[in-house]
Amino acid sequence: MRLEPRADLPIVLLVLYPTLAVFVSLLIAALLVLLSGASPFAVFYLVAKGAAGSTFAFLETLTRATPLIFTGLAAAVAFRAKLWNIGGEAQFYMGAVATVALGTGALSLPAPALLPLLMLAAIIAGALTLLGPTFLKIRFGVDEVVTTLLLNFIVILFVSLLLDGPLKDPLGLGWPQSPRVVSEAQLPKLVQGKRLHLGFLMAVTAALFIWVINARTTTGYEMRAVGYNVKAARFAGIPIDLVMVKTALLSGGLAGLAGMSEVAGLKGNLTLDLSPGFGYAGIVVAMLALLHPLGVIAAAIFVAGIFVGADAMSRSAGVPSYIAQVMVATALLCMVTAVMFTRYRLRWR
Amino acid sequence: MEAIEILSTAALWAAAVRIASPLIFATMGELLCERAGVLNLGIEGIMTAGAFAGWLTVYLGGDLWLGVLVAAAAGAAFGLLHGILVVPLGLSQHVTGIGITLLATSLTYYCYRLILPEVTTPPKIVPFSPLPIPFLSEIPLFGDALFRQTPLTYLAFVMTALVAWFLYKTPAGLAVRTAGENPAAVEAQGLSVTAVRLSAVVAGSALMGIGGGFLTMSAFNSFFFDMINGRGWICIALVVFGSWRPGKALLGALLFAAFDAYQLRLQQLAGAFIPYQVFLMLPFVLSILALIAMSRRATYPRALMVAYHKGER
Repeated sequence: MRLEPRADLPIVLLVLYPTLAVFVSLLIAALLVLLSGASPFAVFYLVAKGAAGSTFAFLETLTRATPLIFTGLAAAVAFRAKLWNIGGEAQFYMGAVATVALGTGALSLPAPALLPLLMLAAIIAGALTLLGPTFLKIRFGVDEVVTTLLLNFIVILFVSLLLDGPLKDPLGLGWPQSPRVVSEAQLPKLVQGKRLHLGFLMAVTAALFIWVINARTTTGYEMRAVGYNVKAARFAGIPIDLVMVKTALLSGGLAGLAGMSEVAGLKGNLTLDLSPGFGYAGIVVAMLALLHPLGVIAAAIFVAGIFVGADAMSRSAGVPSYIAQVMVATALLCMVTAVMFTRYRLRWR
Repeated sequence: MEAIEILSTAALWAAAVRIASPLIFATMGELLCERAGVLNLGIEGIMTAGAFAGWLTVYLGGDLWLGVLVAAAAGAAFGLLHGILVVPLGLSQHVTGIGITLLATSLTYYCYRLILPEVTTPPKIVPFSPLPIPFLSEIPLFGDALFRQTPLTYLAFVMTALVAWFLYKTPAGLAVRTAGENPAAVEAQGLSVTAVRLSAVVAGSALMGIGGGFLTMSAFNSFFFDMINGRGWICIALVVFGSWRPGKALLGALLFAAFDAYQLRLQQLAGAFIPYQVFLMLPFVLSILALIAMSRRATYPRALMVAYHKGER
């Protein structure tokens, strides 16, 4: 058995295989649901209903998709240049820390001045968090996968430390939480009385911005070239290290913005469970989107829908909501496999 | 002064060896995978699955050693999946590994909640108890540290020797090392790179499973969420620190664990002045520092993370 690169890329396969991937991951989820004694069809119906069955449900899905678009873009930008940023979680929290540090009364500015400032602070905080591992990669050749992963643990402990000290909410009754951000530091809601906030539009804008960078600028071209073949890129005179740094700033900044958007748009303060794994889920989103920035929006909504839908389903059907994470993980593995088969064919000899 | 006195207590070194044991299993597992040319980022999830599978077996009435076997089997199963995706299919080892970790972890939590829907305190099992080795355990300091451990700790040391012997003294070990350095040479020997790499990943993942199982069946006595807590990622750093050599990696794991045991005791001593989070951060910071220190000298397997397609140049 061996793999043979395809000479051409049939459009049919490009649609067929990813569809097949989604189908297979649903099938696996169905088997797991059967284990719990529930009916897979009933469960899938409840998940779909919980994710998009009503205006409320769909807005909730979009709300959940917001941080995922940011972290998905962060992963997509980095992976495209083969900078393996697995530290979205850390950058997310650092962005949130920056938001809370400046947004809880340290600056008394009107909202139109304060919000952009908080965004900038979150971008810088996230970008710096990824710059460290990138520097170690460039200077010492230390694998950024391991350092970004380890940083996730360091940063969450750092956040815990801050919540015990400088960022502790004096009215928090001992709970590890920060004070709430001032009203000028809150992102306006998009729909009156619902939770969907301006962060969603920011995320969509960010996706368009990255798309323009990718498709229309030299930086985007260089990042792709470095990701595709680093030797050829170097030979072509592309400054590899500089491109890596630019990629890191962009990727880390995006993940940092996710943290800002969650604090300023939704939660209002910083807690240790602000992110239920948005950084990691962002990797899945990026891969499902085949690293395309506009695809990230769709993939993030899909993944968010599974999470929101599964939460609703779990309450009524009694199937553990962890099924959502299983579905997302299998979707990732099925999708990368499917993509491979659009590029290669199997030869049985 | 007290901070230095701790260093001469047997309890510290006994704790160090205990903390090192799961790391030794998993580090040897990762080392085996990487020596064959496959990075296994599934390690964190595979350890979670092993921890759960072992605990569940004993909880359902199985023998402790059966638990170890089941933990290994659970690890091997996820290893096989990772192996199939990255070896014959040649998928990105980074992305697939993270995917395996997400899958193994979520699947474990799903099964846990399926079996125990509304339990807040996880049920306990009777874990391995220490087995003092006659005579050897009487040696001052060393005896307490090394020879009053649970059988699973002894197994960790035996495994290290076994992995070293396998890699350097057997033809199969040579094939594994060659698959990680120059896969075409394995093919030239008439062996299948796919088979060699796949076996190494499965065997390595089984060891990771036992490493996870150590936590539920020897170190603690129940399974809880997030119990692996980055140990898998630390093992990946330990493999680099050990320059992909079992002996050095063992030493690295012991040093790391000694440091971890030491910081736990310092925490009790200096906890009033320094926030506990600083101590908890230290192992992760240390891992990063170790990676930087070793980066210059690291002689990593040359075909690590390079997919091998037969007949392709």
